[in-house]
Amino acid sequence: MKNRSRNFYLIPYVIWIALFVIAPLFLVLYYSFFNIEGEFTLSNYQKFFTPVYLKMTFSSFWYAFLITLFTLLIAYPTAYLLTKTKHKQLWLLLIIVPSWINLLLKAYAFLGIFGTYGAANSILEVIGIGSQQILFTDFSFIFVSVYIFLPFMILPIFNALDELNPSLLYASSDLGASQWTTFTRVIFPLTLDGVKAGCQIVFIPALSLFMLTRLIAGNRVITLGTAIEQHFLVTQDWGMGSTIAVFLILAMVLIMIFTGTRKKGVL
Amino acid sequence: MGENTIIRFEHVTKQYDDDSPVLQDVSFEIEKGKFYTLLGPSGCGKTTVLKLIAGFIEPTKGNIYFNGKVINNLPANKRQVNTVFQDYALFPHLNVFENIAFGLRIKKIKNDEITRKVKEALKFVNLEGYENREIKEMSGGQRQRVAIARAIVNEPEVILLDEPLSALDLKLRTEMQYELRELQRNLGITFIFVTHDQEEALAMSDEIFVLNGGKIEQSGTPTDIYDEPINRFVADFIGESNIVSGTMLEDYVVKFTGKTFDCVDAGFNKSEDVDVVIRPEDLEITLPEKGKLQVKVDSQLFRGVHYEISCYDSEGNEWLVHSTKKAIVGEEIGLFFEPEAIHVMRHGETEEEFDKRLEAYEEVNG
Repeated sequence: MKNRSRNFYLIPYVIWIALFVIAPLFLVLYYSFFNIEGEFTLSNYQKFFTPVYLKMTFSSFWYAFLITLFTLLIAYPTAYLLTKTKHKQLWLLLIIVPSWINLLLKAYAFLGIFGTYGAANSILEVIGIGSQQILFTDFSFIFVSVYIFLPFMILPIFNALDELNPSLLYASSDLGASQWTTFTRVIFPLTLDGVKAGCQIVFIPALSLFMLTRLIAGNRVITLGTAIEQHFLVTQDWGMGSTIAVFLILAMVLIMIFTGTRKKGVL
Repeated sequence: MGENTIIRFEHVTKQYDDDSPVLQDVSFEIEKGKFYTLLGPSGCGKTTVLKLIAGFIEPTKGNIYFNGKVINNLPANKRQVNTVFQDYALFPHLNVFENIAFGLRIKKIKNDEITRKVKEALKFVNLEGYENREIKEMSGGQRQRVAIARAIVNEPEVILLDEPLSALDLKLRTEMQYELRELQRNLGITFIFVTHDQEEALAMSDEIFVLNGGKIEQSGTPTDIYDEPINRFVADFIGESNIVSGTMLEDYVVKFTGKTFDCVDAGFNKSEDVDVVIRPEDLEITLPEKGKLQVKVDSQLFRGVHYEISCYDSEGNEWLVHSTKKAIVGEEIGLFFEPEAIHVMRHGETEEEFDKRLEAYEEVNG
């Protein structure tokens, strides 16, 4: 009786997952076997292994890697300093707030800032470097992506650092470790789960970025995300778009398996 | 300062921001190779003393000497001191071997040397063969031993123990008391042990410092402190005691509960108001006419080794008696005690004055 009523409550979620998670996955898989004329074929998969798409795959991974790396390099020290501040919850809130603003709005804001007559160039003029082409470069693409993903990386790392038992740090110093040694041998290993979680949250969406590649990178950077968008909206080749999506999903699953967080006993 | 002195506190005060000081003008000396206990209620400043020695905090005023050198600002990782933490603070990402080897690895000691030393330390704490266990697989008592091994493996001159037995159950705690005491004797290292448990302190220490409100109330051997507490606080904190107000009529004569008694204390002013302490185990139950005090039994508890009997005299003072004999609740009984059982305490006497007075009248006697 109890079990049955519990199952009853599950129904909305089961329907939701079936309609919006499982069905789309099968649709993507289904479409990937049809060419643009609607005939069943495996040619999409053959096409994926041509240099054009492999290069795209490589550049997707490369940019996602760079974005994750720079986000981590900025997020870890930030999270660390946050745990040391007096009003850490307030500071954390201030860092999270920008993530509530629509991605598109932020992208447009950067168009203004990085534009030929934008704030960034005005500053460069003043210090005497002179106006530069900032928009539509690798730099601006990675910069804006890092800015957008930063809160998602800071949050799990902050939580891991905050949970760290302070007496472990005392113990490390008591046993003769300098602050740097304490960091490399105690703090970092114990917050690795937070780092992994943060990298996952950043790397996986970064793989399929497409709006920023167009707006900020001016389509100079073409990733798998851009390719999917182009196939569905421009060339109308849904089959090829789906094939790329299948590979992207496979990549994500693999990443999640390999960076999976094994919960070690927290003392 | 003696030759054996290893740590010396000189008028040390510790104060956080504008709060009242947690440690007030504390001075003491620690000698090599002894077992010291800092005893006091929570918030008395005992852990602060430990943190000052370990180097986790710096004194606000005064100096701390280690082997004759001021170490006020020396960081913790440069001190010849290791700590066993209250929550053990074992590294959860390392196994038993690596936890113990942590300090040795930092000193860049050769691998086979590390293996040898870790094995030796594990042997010392009776945990041979546990090298590859994860910390989470260890019980509380075993973690405790790992924490001790992690400290002793570095061969420090002083080991600080911050209430390390408080998380263990009674039986294990008693066992560990013996083991710690033996370990200290075998190693010959100075142990400074912090606890709020007076029985633990009495059982293990060479010397006890009783702290209260950021000051040392009394220091001495366990028997000194138990038999000659300096004031109400110490008498009350160390063991059970009956404390009543009295008057010192003259040397060796004290009056309390309206009666006059012979005692062994001296050096007071004439008719000085004092506190009188008699330990419950020094009171003997007899017939009312044979007793020095006549009391009425109010309640009785069976404590296993003895009965704890609570009685009231005609003035309303409570008298606690530890006796192997049973009493009958509601009955009048007599309490008998020897003059030596009476300990007289002067109001507001400092440790120095107390020692001086003791010396003075002992000289007269001698």
